Amino acid sequence: MLERLAMEAPRFFAPHNLALLLEAMGMTLALTVVGCVLGFLLAFGIVFLRQTPGRLALPIRFMAIFYVEIFRRIPFLVVTYLVLFFIQAFVNNASLFAIAVIAICIYSTAYTADIIRGGFESVARQQTEAAAAMNFSRWQTLVSVIIPQSWPVILPPAVAFAVGFIKDTALVSQVGVFELTFRAKEMNNEGFSALLVFGTTALLYFAMSYPLSRWGRWLEQRLASSPSKRSQQRLRPAHRS
Amino acid sequence: MHHLQVKDLSSAYGPLTVLKSVNLTLGKGEVVALIGPSGSGKSTILRVLMGLTPPTAGEVWVDGTAIDYRSAASIRAARERMAIVFQQYNLFQNMDVMRNVTIAPVKIKRRPRAEVEAEAVRLLAKVGLADKHHAYPDELSGGQQQRVAIARALALKPEILLLDEVTSALDPELVNEVLDTIRGLAAEGMTMLIVSHEMGFVREVASRVVMMDKGQVVEEGTPKQIFDTPRTDRAREFVGKILRH
Amino acid sequence: MNFSFLHFFHFNYTFQWGVAFAHLPELLQGAVVTLELGLLTFWGGALIGLLGASLKTFGGPFLRRVADVYVVFFTNTPALIQIYFLLYGLGDIGILWDPFTCTLIGLTLNAGAYLTEIMRAGFISVHRTEMEAAETLGMSVWQRIRFVIVPHIAKVIYPALANFFIVILVMGTSVGAIVGVDELTGQAINISTENYRWLEMFVVVAGIYVVLTLIASLSLALVGRWAFRVKAKVL
Repeated sequence: MLERLAMEAPRFFAPHNLALLLEAMGMTLALTVVGCVLGFLLAFGIVFLRQTPGRLALPIRFMAIFYVEIFRRIPFLVVTYLVLFFIQAFVNNASLFAIAVIAICIYSTAYTADIIRGGFESVARQQTEAAAAMNFSRWQTLVSVIIPQSWPVILPPAVAFAVGFIKDTALVSQVGVFELTFRAKEMNNEGFSALLVFGTTALLYFAMSYPLSRWGRWLEQRLASSPSKRSQQRLRPAHRS
Repeated sequence: MHHLQVKDLSSAYGPLTVLKSVNLTLGKGEVVALIGPSGSGKSTILRVLMGLTPPTAGEVWVDGTAIDYRSAASIRAARERMAIVFQQYNLFQNMDVMRNVTIAPVKIKRRPRAEVEAEAVRLLAKVGLADKHHAYPDELSGGQQQRVAIARALALKPEILLLDEVTSALDPELVNEVLDTIRGLAAEGMTMLIVSHEMGFVREVASRVVMMDKGQVVEEGTPKQIFDTPRTDRAREFVGKILRH
Repeated sequence: MNFSFLHFFHFNYTFQWGVAFAHLPELLQGAVVTLELGLLTFWGGALIGLLGASLKTFGGPFLRRVADVYVVFFTNTPALIQIYFLLYGLGDIGILWDPFTCTLIGLTLNAGAYLTEIMRAGFISVHRTEMEAAETLGMSVWQRIRFVIVPHIAKVIYPALANFFIVILVMGTSVGAIVGVDELTGQAINISTENYRWLEMFVVVAGIYVVLTLIASLSLALVGRWAFRVKAKVL
């Protein structure tokens, strides 16, 4: 066994192969970032819709809730397949990357929406009332008062979700996107020993996931301080009152 | 014509009636105080006026213009003419004092920033906080925050100022600085509707006192009339209890 | 107005829902396998989690390190890669396990890592004072564990455990389909390769997952309220 590994190692770790793996890692990260950032932005939209007041808006609120509750309960693999088949049924020559990103987007929007909603609801209702009493529109209240006060509560779990999603992108290999798992399977099919291939792949995923999750935890602690302290963190401490 | 007129105002929260046919008038420059036990609906009147709680019946006029609380445009118009200061100050935690005071006039009323900032400097000096422009709410005491809240309300140039138990959440030592500010406003002729438990202050500043209980107006008159010679039993009971200390 | 962008689309797909629903029995068989896989993975993972949490809380520096490495490794690598490693990697050494076993072991090891952290949170939550009170009441170590620690921990971590079970059910088990396990997603793939009604099949499968998880959430929330008096979210 070990002899086989020793024999294969130089061929496996050849520059050509390594370049391929590196490129695949880039693809994995690209999918994660694009999908999760888009998902994050869309999630704001979903939460905004969900909070539309008035009886006429009941269908809108219902759809927003329905979307989140449904897509939180379907496995990512199934969502990916659904997006694949749905798009291929109606669109010619759809890009696999686009399909993967859309699937990641749909899935992450549903999860992030709950994080965002929790964050918004953590801001005291009185803040919203003070804004309303001064004729702030719902959007202005969101942008000027609620988001600035809730992003310390929203960002860490959202970042943690995105970092965790690096592992979930492995499922997108089923659609044929050239990310890390796809390349690994390919190399195994070409004849490289599975221990070598998947062992290395595991370490590569680890190299992407672990540092980022540590950074996420640092971010969480950094954001846990109050607004006045945060405004002083970049400058030297001003005179305290 | 009254500056503010409230006629048969009612408000209910599900099966619970919070206001029952309340009638109220405010003349220009008048300071009217609303007193009464907790839950009597005093704060609710202010909230209804600002469009924060919907009324179920009744009419409201500001300077002769009727306000329809079912119309968003009408509520916006009402909020242009009246400003409220809350018991919990409700300053925006993510903004410093200057921004708290200037954001609404600049962003909502669209007045030029330079003009608003100059006005803010003047108002903050007036409430005694000239040196706190860049402090954040969590660095200020309750009394200081409440004075910022008053400055913030005044920056909107309201015709009528609504004060909802603005000293109730403060430590006793901090109450006077806020009362001083309000005294100043009254002397300047600002039309005010004040909900308060500070009976000494009410007696001194209010031109009329309205006593409420269980959502209804029980009695109304000058401070002297209400506190020295209450006519109704309920008023007499209330005054007796509060004046004991 | 230029409509040439419409050449990107072709609207000639005819939905055939009847075909999908005709295969419901097979799909439900797959759902049973999903539940089997989910339950086995959960309980296996829970045992590992208990062990790992014990090592982390009560073990010496070496054992703690071992548990740490295990948790960090399995929570930062994809379950699919772990399963591939078992399925194809062990084959190199001559151990040939079927896809179901590899998926089960892979998911269990993966779950064990997450459950170690959940259990550890439970262990930490038991205050020293509760332990001392139990000690002064004359309870033996075993009695202390049984009557004080376990009930306390169970109540504290029940919501996290219930939620994690749903996670395993929904996300975890579907991974098996990729290596050929005939759980719900796997069955959908099997049937679709024959009748080519991929879209309809997967919509139905998505629906079944939603129903499955709703039933599971509801049951777990009810059990939580009765057995542990835990006020977990029902939905």
